[in-house]
Amino acid sequence: MTCHDALDFLDDYLDGKLPWGQRIAFGLHLGLCRPCRDYLDGYRKTIEASRKAMSEQAVTNCEQIPDEIVQAILAARSQVPRSDRRD
Amino acid sequence: MESSISETETALVSALRAGEPAAYERLVRDYGGRILAVCERLLFNREDARDAVQETFLSAFRSLESFDGRSQFATWLHRIAVNASLMKLRTKRRHPEHSIDDLLPTFQADGHRRDPGSRWTNSAGEISEQRETQQLIREKIEALPESYRNVLILRDIEELDTETVAEMLELSPGAVKVRLHRARQALRTLLEPIFGGASK
Ligand SMILES: [Zn+2]
Repeated sequence: MTCHDALDFLDDYLDGKLPWGQRIAFGLHLGLCRPCRDYLDGYRKTIEASRKAMSEQAVTNCEQIPDEIVQAILAARSQVPRSDRRD
Repeated sequence: MESSISETETALVSALRAGEPAAYERLVRDYGGRILAVCERLLFNREDARDAVQETFLSAFRSLESFDGRSQFATWLHRIAVNASLMKLRTKRRHPEHSIDDLLPTFQADGHRRDPGSRWTNSAGEISEQRETQQLIREKIEALPESYRNVLILRDIEELDTETVAEMLELSPGAVKVRLHRARQALRTLLEPIFGGASK
């Protein structure tokens, strides 16, 4: 297995979907190849860091939806034609 | 725990179907923060996100009948929000995308890595703790070409499965997998200066 092959297996490896034969070959390659170990480590951290940076709190910067958005939605709803409404 | 959440959802859906005005407000207040986050993650713009949030709830109000109760209500609403955001992106689509190839690793003819890159000494937790770094990471995600960025966000952040993402983006599941892999690799390259000690 080359570094190029190993890279193609990364996602299946992380998802635990790599068939055992390939899993062993991948593990062997990692054991011998420091650049691939470092690459995998950074790849994992990339996924983890993007989750943290995109968490609800981090993105909206607020505990709850701002009141003016709530009011705008309720006002827009009240303009929906009567026939579409259930009340 | 799970069942009490479902009971709350069931009660809310019944109240909405009965047309109780207070139920509409409760729906928006209970789920609004989460929905706003979904829209902001896909749109990277507060104004657009706000429009998409509004569209999400109006669309949900209109299609309450189609909620069959088989999925969780939150899941149903989440998909409406993703679709509203994707729709918004489609109406705004700008210039042709730049290629992602420059951000992917390169290999020598024998399959060995051409550029070993640097070792990431910090943990993801340590690095992404600070607000400024989180902002920087979001900017890097935003810098990805849109067709890759959307797949990365829907799979890694919104945690939708490959088949659902394929359906939403009108791609084959295989294409979703390839794009996710490329998007993660490209983002890894973009985050290297933040995480990597010595850069290449
Ligand atoms: Zn290698």
